[in-house]
Amino acid sequence: MGLYRRYGTKDKYKEKTRNIVLAAVLICLAVITLFPIYYMVISSFGAPTEAGGASYSLIPKSFSLASYQFFFDYSQYSFRWILNSLLVAGIVTVCNVLFASLAGYAFAKLRFPGCQFFFFLLLVAMMIPYQVTQVPLYILVVNVLKWQDTYIALVAPTLVTCYNVFLAKQFFTSLPTSVIESAKIEGCSQPLIVWKIVMPLSKTVLAVMAITTFLGEWNTFFWPFLVCNSEKMQTIQVGLKNFSFANTTYFAPMMAGATISALPMFILFFSLQRYFLEGVTVGAVKG
Amino acid sequence: MNKAKKKKMKKEVVWAYLFILVPLSTFIIFTIYPVITSVITSFQKYRPLGSEWVGFSNYVSTFKSSLFYKALKNTAVYTVITVPIGILMSFIVSIMIVPFRKGIQSFFKGAFYLPAIASGVALSFVWKWIYDPLPSGLLNSLLRFFGVSNQNWLGSSKTAMASLIIMAVFGGLGQNIIIYIAALLGIDPTYYEAAEIDGSTFLQKVRYVVWPLVKPTTVFLAITSVINGFQSFQTAYLMTGGGPDNATTMAGLLIFNRAFKYFEYGEACAQALLLAMIIAVFAILQFKVSANDVEY
Repeated sequence: MGLYRRYGTKDKYKEKTRNIVLAAVLICLAVITLFPIYYMVISSFGAPTEAGGASYSLIPKSFSLASYQFFFDYSQYSFRWILNSLLVAGIVTVCNVLFASLAGYAFAKLRFPGCQFFFFLLLVAMMIPYQVTQVPLYILVVNVLKWQDTYIALVAPTLVTCYNVFLAKQFFTSLPTSVIESAKIEGCSQPLIVWKIVMPLSKTVLAVMAITTFLGEWNTFFWPFLVCNSEKMQTIQVGLKNFSFANTTYFAPMMAGATISALPMFILFFSLQRYFLEGVTVGAVKG
Repeated sequence: MNKAKKKKMKKEVVWAYLFILVPLSTFIIFTIYPVITSVITSFQKYRPLGSEWVGFSNYVSTFKSSLFYKALKNTAVYTVITVPIGILMSFIVSIMIVPFRKGIQSFFKGAFYLPAIASGVALSFVWKWIYDPLPSGLLNSLLRFFGVSNQNWLGSSKTAMASLIIMAVFGGLGQNIIIYIAALLGIDPTYYEAAEIDGSTFLQKVRYVVWPLVKPTTVFLAITSVINGFQSFQTAYLMTGGGPDNATTMAGLLIFNRAFKYFEYGEACAQALLLAMIIAVFAILQFKVSANDVEY
């Protein structure tokens, strides 16, 4: 890295000390940012006793899963919350990847009347803050369509997001048109072109899209909180919040619940770190 | 154009419309339509069966309420402090990460990004216990070492906002760091060589080579973080509920409470539209100001 190198000098020793100092500072900072997560996991193994301050310890003294038991015993639907979250996030992810690919391909490679206009509409929709739509959306879904406590209410508004269509369009534009042309000459139909040529050529970007969508949908709190009243239909985030309001003094079980809600994403992150990190930079850095 | 080709073109157009059908109807039903009704509702007193037109009274009462200004001020304070600190910190950390090998780089990237993956609800629990007001609370016992007296972090109007800001800064670092590192790695090393030949020190290189070259990234991060800051709702809702004494009531929470606590849908829509306008003005201004001296 040229930023640090001094040309002409070859002081290996100096470079070593510099790196050690940098690493030490970075590790200190990382410890601070990771501390809440460490603390959450560690405390979740404490006993589910009701006491303020009893279990404020940075090093685990005992290991018990009783707090997890406590969390799952709290509501008969605890497991269902996790399933609900998985189901909703799964459906939303599949739909987003599929529909965003199709629309992205249409905007990138097909010419049709209104193409520019519809894409412009999309860009505008992307910039609207959610506060503007939240009330009418709530009225529409709950009062007009009567979708309260249904999966469709959870899924429909984010079935395919403007951002994902935009992302797909941006990437597909860079694919060589000649490949698509030759497929057309061979008699390949449009849906088959997307399925057999465009999507396989864009595996990475679609994987990134899938992961960011899944992550966002799993962690989303606001919308499920608004449209799910019955305990049966809540997602894990909403259930967790209600659990915490009912059990403010039970520290360890709360941390157990928090760990349960975060664990699937951590597992996903550690197995697919590359795509997660790519997902952050996609669209942010030019070139 | 012959007939066969024309037919083929027509088929392509039909497919194109089919492909954009689902996204387009989703946007129209769940974004465009709500935006239009939001404007209409802001001039109404909402009732499930037939709303009543009230003209500008929702806007008037918004402008008359002191809480609205307080919420705007809180939002501004929160954003103005969180965004520059967050950006500067992540810039410095990225510069520190960059000299290491790829593997170590990814390790640190992952470490700083992990809080962004945990759900906001889960993290808010943990931070609540860190900020526990009792002397046995984590932050309180830590600060006692340094002779700082016991603080009621989230419960006092003096420290509540600061507590939320600290949480936001540390939670948001990872994303900025990853973006900055990508930008830093994209800088052509010949710039450094040239600066070197001119006899510049490390800090001069950072100031006169790196900082101007990552400026587009900084602008991007600043604009997106300001927009997010203005819309922030979840942390305040889960951590303090806007209290104490509305010291942490920000615009997002104010609108939420108007709508789903007091069921004043019309006023909530009016406030949301005002917020959207403020965000738009800010984004445009920020873009104009910073685009002036961006060198591509």
